[in-house]
Amino acid sequence: MGIKRRDFLKLAGLSTLIGLGGKTAFQLFAPGELEASIKEVPLTAGTKWGMVVDMTKMDEHLMDKCIEACHRTHNVPKIENPKHEIKWIWKEAYEHTFPGQHHDYVTEKYENRNFLLLCNHCTNPPCCRVCPTKATWKREQDGIVMMDQHRCIGCRFCMAACPYGVRSFNWGDPRTMDEALNPDFPTNREYPTRAVGVVEKCNFCAERLAKGQYPACVEAANEIRKGALTFGDLDAPDSEVRKLLHEHYTIIRKPELGTGPNIFYIV
Amino acid sequence: MYDGWKILVGLIIGVILLAYPFWPDAEKWAAKTPEPELTAKAQEAKVCVEPKSYIRTQHMKLLDQWRDSVVRDGIRQYENSTGKVYDISLQNTCIECHSNKTKFCDQCHTYAGVDPFCWDCHIEPEENM
Repeated sequence: MGIKRRDFLKLAGLSTLIGLGGKTAFQLFAPGELEASIKEVPLTAGTKWGMVVDMTKMDEHLMDKCIEACHRTHNVPKIENPKHEIKWIWKEAYEHTFPGQHHDYVTEKYENRNFLLLCNHCTNPPCCRVCPTKATWKREQDGIVMMDQHRCIGCRFCMAACPYGVRSFNWGDPRTMDEALNPDFPTNREYPTRAVGVVEKCNFCAERLAKGQYPACVEAANEIRKGALTFGDLDAPDSEVRKLLHEHYTIIRKPELGTGPNIFYIV
Repeated sequence: MYDGWKILVGLIIGVILLAYPFWPDAEKWAAKTPEPELTAKAQEAKVCVEPKSYIRTQHMKLLDQWRDSVVRDGIRQYENSTGKVYDISLQNTCIECHSNKTKFCDQCHTYAGVDPFCWDCHIEPEENM
């Protein structure tokens, strides 16, 4: 009598495994020793980063400087077509910044001026809830709403979910954008660009915070006028942002939605 | 066995065909394996973040792990097996020594037929070699 069916299958399975690459196949399925080798170095001191924008100290020139600093730091290209434009931080009229608060008799001081807008790094971010790949998520350590460009599949659910319009989609390769508008692109060779088909937004300068630096916009603003932008830890009662919030009346964008923005405006 | 000789001849031809890439002098006919070139800086440093044998076989795993470590966990430093700490960055740390991407990365990747998409976003070094 010949070989049993059961033994034949076992033998066939084993030879397939050996055939697939012998030793390598076993190594492939064995648990890696790599995982344990990364040493944990604490990221930043803050547990809930936030920002106070003092509109009494802001002007057009200063806002432009902040935008330029941010976009140059993160290799955000200038794009003329507003439908394709990419923005991490930008200017918007009062009416569009605080739509719930707008009425016919708003003081001219605010009615006719621009506000500085960026990702609110919400306490309860709707963008993260809808992301099907967890490419955007709320970082537990410091509350930054992060973006993982490696995972983004470009479905744009997050753009639909964000009530503040802080997310931009790369309709084209950022490196092939108009050279006349972007003469020295990429402007920061230490930071990546993005690829076509991913969503991007402000990351609160996570890469700078890790080095102990302030976000690029805050640094640029304070070079021109001290206190125009203040960045700090909302969980620390004696931090500068908390002091400002204590001393001034501040407003946030669309509070009625319950997203809990962490960018505060002094008006 | 009917037509036994046909089967035997077929089997022998089959075995030869399957085995020829493993013959001792197969290297002579095959395309030559490219050797990654080291820049003067890399040669001077002598060691990469981990031993050469490990980097050769595992660099893709290490880079994947680095990527997740920085982006997902916010851990931006790597302590290697000898206790030396490096900043985790493909674009800055790796490229600081291996600034010759075409001769260091590309030629092997082309040979092996792999097309990693690192450089779709990460900025390639300006090569002056």
